[in-house]
Amino acid sequence: MTQTRFTLPKAQGLGASLLAASVLLLPSVAPAQEDETTLTAVMHSGLRVLDPVITTAHITRNHGYMIYDVLTASDENFEPQPQMADWDVSDDGLTYTFTLRDGLTFHDGAPVTGADVVASLKRWGVKDSGGQFIFDVTESLEAPDDGTVVWTLTEPFAPLLEVISKQSAVPPFIMPARVAETSPDETITEYVGSGPFVFNEDEYEPGVSVTYEKFDDYVPRKEAPSWMAGGKVVNVDRVVWTTMPDNLTAMNALAAGEIDYLEQVQIDLMPILESAPGVVVEMRDPLGYVTIGRPNFLYPPFDDKLVRQAALAALGQEQMLATMQGDPEYYNVCGAIFGCATPLGDETGSEIVTAGPDPERSKELLEEAGYDGTPVVLMAPTDVVSLVNQPVVAAQALREGGFEVDLQSMDWQSVVQRRAQQAPVSEGGWNLFFTNWMVPEISDPLINVMVNGRGDDGWFGWPEDPEIEEMRAAFVAATSPEEQKEIAVQIQEHVMDNVNYFMMGEYLIPQARRDTMQNMIQSPVPVFWNITLDAE
Amino acid sequence: MFAYILRRLLATIPVLLIVAIFVFLLLRLTPGDPAAILAGDAATPAQLERIRDRLGLNDPLHVQFFTWFGQMLRGDLGTSLISNTDVVDMVAARLAPTINIAVMTIVISVLLAVPMGVVAAWRHRTWIDIAVMTFSVLGFSVPVFVIGYILIQIFAIELRWVPVQGYAAPTDGLGAFFSRAILPSLTLATIYVALIARMTRASMLEVLGEDYVRTARAKGVRENVVLFRHALRNAAVPILTIIGTGFALLISGVVVTESVFNIPGIGRLTVDAILARDYPVIQAMILLTAGIYVMVNLLVDVSYSFFDPRIRY
Repeated sequence: MTQTRFTLPKAQGLGASLLAASVLLLPSVAPAQEDETTLTAVMHSGLRVLDPVITTAHITRNHGYMIYDVLTASDENFEPQPQMADWDVSDDGLTYTFTLRDGLTFHDGAPVTGADVVASLKRWGVKDSGGQFIFDVTESLEAPDDGTVVWTLTEPFAPLLEVISKQSAVPPFIMPARVAETSPDETITEYVGSGPFVFNEDEYEPGVSVTYEKFDDYVPRKEAPSWMAGGKVVNVDRVVWTTMPDNLTAMNALAAGEIDYLEQVQIDLMPILESAPGVVVEMRDPLGYVTIGRPNFLYPPFDDKLVRQAALAALGQEQMLATMQGDPEYYNVCGAIFGCATPLGDETGSEIVTAGPDPERSKELLEEAGYDGTPVVLMAPTDVVSLVNQPVVAAQALREGGFEVDLQSMDWQSVVQRRAQQAPVSEGGWNLFFTNWMVPEISDPLINVMVNGRGDDGWFGWPEDPEIEEMRAAFVAATSPEEQKEIAVQIQEHVMDNVNYFMMGEYLIPQARRDTMQNMIQSPVPVFWNITLDAE
Repeated sequence: MFAYILRRLLATIPVLLIVAIFVFLLLRLTPGDPAAILAGDAATPAQLERIRDRLGLNDPLHVQFFTWFGQMLRGDLGTSLISNTDVVDMVAARLAPTINIAVMTIVISVLLAVPMGVVAAWRHRTWIDIAVMTFSVLGFSVPVFVIGYILIQIFAIELRWVPVQGYAAPTDGLGAFFSRAILPSLTLATIYVALIARMTRASMLEVLGEDYVRTARAKGVRENVVLFRHALRNAAVPILTIIGTGFALLISGVVVTESVFNIPGIGRLTVDAILARDYPVIQAMILLTAGIYVMVNLLVDVSYSFFDPRIRY
């Protein structure tokens, strides 16, 4: 919108607010300049955590891409591209030398140096699972001068550039060294990056609104933008992310021209927008999301591979996706654990779950396993719209497949607390839950936490799976994309046979914008560079 | 009167203390983990454990309680576990929209409901009475979000008189404030108009049968004076009670209306904090709500004596 927007107030204090209970409160507000171009966006969630390393929350990652830059970035072909730095790899694959490009400046005016990069990568490496792999084989990470970073490994780690270029869940954003020296288990308190936008701390209201201003000193790359890579040219003065908990309100606001962009459109409400003049509904993210079920390997009945196979046979992707999304245009039956449209995607062995539910096969497998009717405690969150349907559909399918199911409704917070419990079901444990991931978050064996087979050190469900760990190690050692793909297919086959998790298919979420907002790039992450905004 | 007010104010201290202890313990017994919300879906149990340590969530319960209680006595309600911002600032920023909408709602409700109730009682068992009662039943029965969406459809989308959503502080301009506050206030007012009109009617019906009303009429006092000066003043006590309770309810948060109209108020803050198990924010909100109820009740009790001189403290 090319007009002044009203900013949310900061009241002067609790006491003053209480005293003013009988009168209209008059907090002070600094309105935006009249001639500024402000883009107002309603994002999928409110921004509450400002540290993109401590959390894997998507909204915080998106915030990270606004104010921070990255060393290298993935383009639309999943290829690493230079962003802040070019690189050179030694012939033995043990030394990576990054050279920072000219003109990199933090928002406080200080130049970006190699020391900042080293501190940022080290903090990220403690938190991120891919980063942990690299630091396991790191001999040294040093900045010999302000413009150079040298990363020396003890053994080759072929996917290093892919890991540091990834866009989810935690990309290695570059911060000033003094900020990056914060413990990775504590949130940072200073929000200075070198990215294309500056965070406006004064106008930030956690969970309500966040304002970014164009960073005038940002020097974009010359290349055309492609996903997270290429030139980040900013054409608007301000971007305001506002939170609207009610999707219908957000749609009405978009139709009325009060906002410019809506990141996620609820499928069943789409007809409202499709008939609204001046509104464009489209897909920005071609990869979408996956929905998955995770069994608990520690206790019966899912400690038995045959029982897990029975569950997979009982479930049907089509039924689950249709219940979630309704319109087949917005879901995709897909058995590839690394996503159907990714370089490592392969559907080998997935017919058991893509072909539809086979309750008879499930009963046969249960009989073979000697299933004794132990109820499956299935946790069903009631307050997250995208996770409400899966447990209900799964419970019915499992019952038809011969399982006893104890479907327990609870809020998502109770699920996240309970899924961390390794106790038996009788002492507060669990057997099965469902969750969703963005496809880039599961697109290779190092990123996908569900194929971690390190037992207690792995993700909830804790499979002890030395075979898959060997395959992941081989993936790291692979020297060509062909070899990597071959190993990825082996992991695919193994996961379908061992049933490390239930891959329940892919789904898409459309976005909507005013037709005055143009040139938004296609990407799994909504980014606000390159966008132009015409007056209404 | 002063001694009474002082006594009542002192009595709030044990009330708030009991609420504080109760809420603290209840929250710790409720399942949930703020560290898991903070860290996101991919965090491993070991990472969560380290974050819990940093947040002090692994400290013994009594240590956590006395740390929080000590801070509270110094006027420090702590820091949000999720957003790492000062709880007092967070609550203060959200309180202004809520109070402003609540005041506007109560003003609209009283201005409409009291005359409606008085007239309904005055014209008891006529079409006016039936119309007021029908409106009351509708006001109670139709869910608030339905009324909100209908008002948005008519006034914001079809007629384009006001914006669909959002909140503007009065300092942004009274026009901006009223254009955004009017629909949520009208939406909320439907319930309170229904409630207050019913109470006013019932209370007035009781009073209109009293001897002093008959005497006033026999003396030739004008009917509007009989109704509003003699009868309404004597019928005021239950009406004031319902207005006071309504105001306290409005301030303690109206989540659905805040969501439908995208108002960044107390209700949404509380629900978000509960869903994230953001303990310091939830504790602050419940203490605030308890404090508001105590204060509003005190104000209502004190105001009785202005309307009914027989009530003395």
